[in-house]
Amino acid sequence: MSRRKSDEEYSKTKAYRFFKWLKGEDEYYPDETKMDMSLLIPMEDESDLIERMKDKQLAKEKAYDESSNKLLRFFNRCYRVVAVLFCIILGALLIYSVSFLPKVGAADRPTNNEVPARYIEKGLEETGAVNIVTGMILDYRAFDTFGESNVLFVATITVLILLRHNKKDEKDKEESSDRIYEPKNDVILQTVAKFLVPIIIVFGIYVILNGHLSPGGGFSGGAIIGAGLILYLNAFGFMKTERFFTEKTYKWISFFALTTYCLCKAYSFYCGANHLDSHIPLGTAGAILSSGLILILNICVGLVVACTMYTFYVMFRKGDF
Amino acid sequence: MMGFVRNFPFFSIMLAMFSGPVCSVLPGKAARVLNAVVITVIIGLSAVLLGNLIVTRESFVFMMGHFPAPWGNEIRAGILEAGMALFFSIVMLLSVLGGIKKLYDEVNTGKHNLYYVLVGLMLSSLLALVYTNDLFTAYVFVEINTISACGLIMIRENGRTIEAAVRYMIMSLIGSGMILLGICILYDITGHLLMSNIKESVEGLVSAGHYPEPLLCTIALMSVGLAIKCALFPFHAWLPDAYGYSTVSSAAILSSLVSKGYIFLLIKIIYRVIGFEIYKNSGIIDVLFIFGLSGMIFGSVSAIRENDIRRMIAYSSVAQIGYIFMGIGMGTAFGMVAAIFHMLSHAATKSLLFISAIGLTDVSDGSRKFGPLTGSAYRNRMAGIAFAVGALSMVGVPLFSGFISKLLFAEAAVNLTVRMLPVLIVLGISTILNAIYFMKTVIRIYTPVEEDENFRREGYEKVHMRSVPLYSAVLGAFVILNVILGVMSDPIVELIRQGLDMFA
Repeated sequence: MSRRKSDEEYSKTKAYRFFKWLKGEDEYYPDETKMDMSLLIPMEDESDLIERMKDKQLAKEKAYDESSNKLLRFFNRCYRVVAVLFCIILGALLIYSVSFLPKVGAADRPTNNEVPARYIEKGLEETGAVNIVTGMILDYRAFDTFGESNVLFVATITVLILLRHNKKDEKDKEESSDRIYEPKNDVILQTVAKFLVPIIIVFGIYVILNGHLSPGGGFSGGAIIGAGLILYLNAFGFMKTERFFTEKTYKWISFFALTTYCLCKAYSFYCGANHLDSHIPLGTAGAILSSGLILILNICVGLVVACTMYTFYVMFRKGDF
Repeated sequence: MMGFVRNFPFFSIMLAMFSGPVCSVLPGKAARVLNAVVITVIIGLSAVLLGNLIVTRESFVFMMGHFPAPWGNEIRAGILEAGMALFFSIVMLLSVLGGIKKLYDEVNTGKHNLYYVLVGLMLSSLLALVYTNDLFTAYVFVEINTISACGLIMIRENGRTIEAAVRYMIMSLIGSGMILLGICILYDITGHLLMSNIKESVEGLVSAGHYPEPLLCTIALMSVGLAIKCALFPFHAWLPDAYGYSTVSSAAILSSLVSKGYIFLLIKIIYRVIGFEIYKNSGIIDVLFIFGLSGMIFGSVSAIRENDIRRMIAYSSVAQIGYIFMGIGMGTAFGMVAAIFHMLSHAATKSLLFISAIGLTDVSDGSRKFGPLTGSAYRNRMAGIAFAVGALSMVGVPLFSGFISKLLFAEAAVNLTVRMLPVLIVLGISTILNAIYFMKTVIRIYTPVEEDENFRREGYEKVHMRSVPLYSAVLGAFVILNVILGVMSDPIVELIRQGLDMFA
């Protein structure tokens, strides 16, 4: 014989919970049902609203307060211990397995095989680049390097998404607060910058242009130019840099550099893979205009890197050019 | 002609990469058109390539530049690669088109073109992961993939998505770091980065008994790194927020493509870098197997407890990734075929679910809780039907793709010895759990509500198919894709089998 349960008893049964779950009225989310109730109340006093927000905030604080939430305290303690233990164990395991690796510099290392041998012996002849490293990254393995410059590009794009202001007034506000101190007119900084900035930028250009002849190349030269631009910005302020570098400049330079890289390399890959003659002269080794496409690619990479560095700095400082 | 077709993988990667910088200087609308055109062209190229490979039955390598591998870079295409590229680009196109309206609502107008930059670079990285024959190239494109996925998550710019993106970035970078460490160790003991050369020397090392510890370490690092990146069960903490709060196209792309790209890379590493037998004997495969099985249960349990439809679908992904890793963990060719088929099936279904769920929440005043969603399938019929199809497919009802993958998993399990019982039991439990939360949702959205109460309220208006033609067409295409996978599974499974043979 079955007996009808009272409401209170029924609300404790599994069946009650099941039907609640099925209807989506989960009691674990009481705030949601409350929100719906609030919609029915036509107007809420401002003081009530503030009171409600305060309550909500208080509840949140209490839920995340270690002293009143035992579970959280337990979790936090365990978390620290486990994290430290995990790192120690992982580190120990890695060191243990690294200890079995071949000795650095030993002649019979597996890495000492025909791959670096050809880079060293034939690199100059095949790529025309005196700097073998440049020949390797911009000719032998140019596809990887193209991917790598796209990594920088996509990183800048995500920084733009995250930090660039959406609204005009937001931008103006940030700008005015940033420009209160501008130009800083720090005599020491300006005097030093006056001397250093041209030298830094010219040195960066030198490193890029000589990438195939001496240590350096697009990545390092671009970083140097970027540093020079940031120093100039700090010494003389946005009023001066805006004359030659805005967001449009960034967009067009990186567009130009990446498309040039893409087109040059697509042409060269296409010719290479289909065994066609690309008609790109390698020139005499050691001359500035030599080693085929490497010089152009170095300039492209350098432009992308310099713009990326400068844009990162500007975005983190005030969210707009 | 044959020779020219061999350029197609290279054309598709370069086109997708090229579209990135171009989109960055175009206004939003033009970028959208360019993006759609580029993806369509890539679909065409991949389809021609696949057809050609089916006729010739021969995989080929393509030299990226004037120098042959191992000195230069190299990509490689077989039936499996071309098929994956075709499938990925179709799902990409549909996911982007299906979420366009939502993108306009949720993303600042000035940043629309940046979204297409990310989509283009994401597609290029997926294609490169599919085609590459070089482990380091794979790593470079893993980086592009990670960063653009972060951008896709946070472009909605509210608190939840930024938090989700930070969490995703931290977890994903740990994964990248592990992969890089693994590649370094592997390079140190083999001296190569080209997949075929590494495999050769790994075979030599194993038969000579050299470097067993570093080899085990590198297998573990790469497997776990990739498992973190595709949210295998204990590493899934980043997933629900990332899929649940990002704009719908991003959620669809992340769940159906990004995780699949990494799984494909793992399969590539298993077959083409380490060697199937060596990988199988390493013991790491058992770990993946156990993680997969527990993911199938715990993912579904979390989904049942969820009161938010988007997060529920996200948690269901954890379970489905578990299925795929269970298939890989079986350590047989049958299991691998089932896992690859489930990759396709899950990709086609999960994006369908995300995109149809957005149609349902839009006619429920934007609420994602089940209470307000009651009866939403009557308010937006197309989305309701599409969601029901996706749910049935995930549960494993015949006619839809999910049934075939469950069938393949069960068939593969019959050939196993020790693992047969756990696979069959967990498969059964997981199917029931899937049915519990998906059928509950379908019942909820098809429960009629009294019109006078709900329909007068703002945000609960009916939406007709004709007023959202693009959205309905995308849902229709997804449903067709699902039914094709479910009905014409025989030739597809046969192709996967041939592709795997070509792979090894």
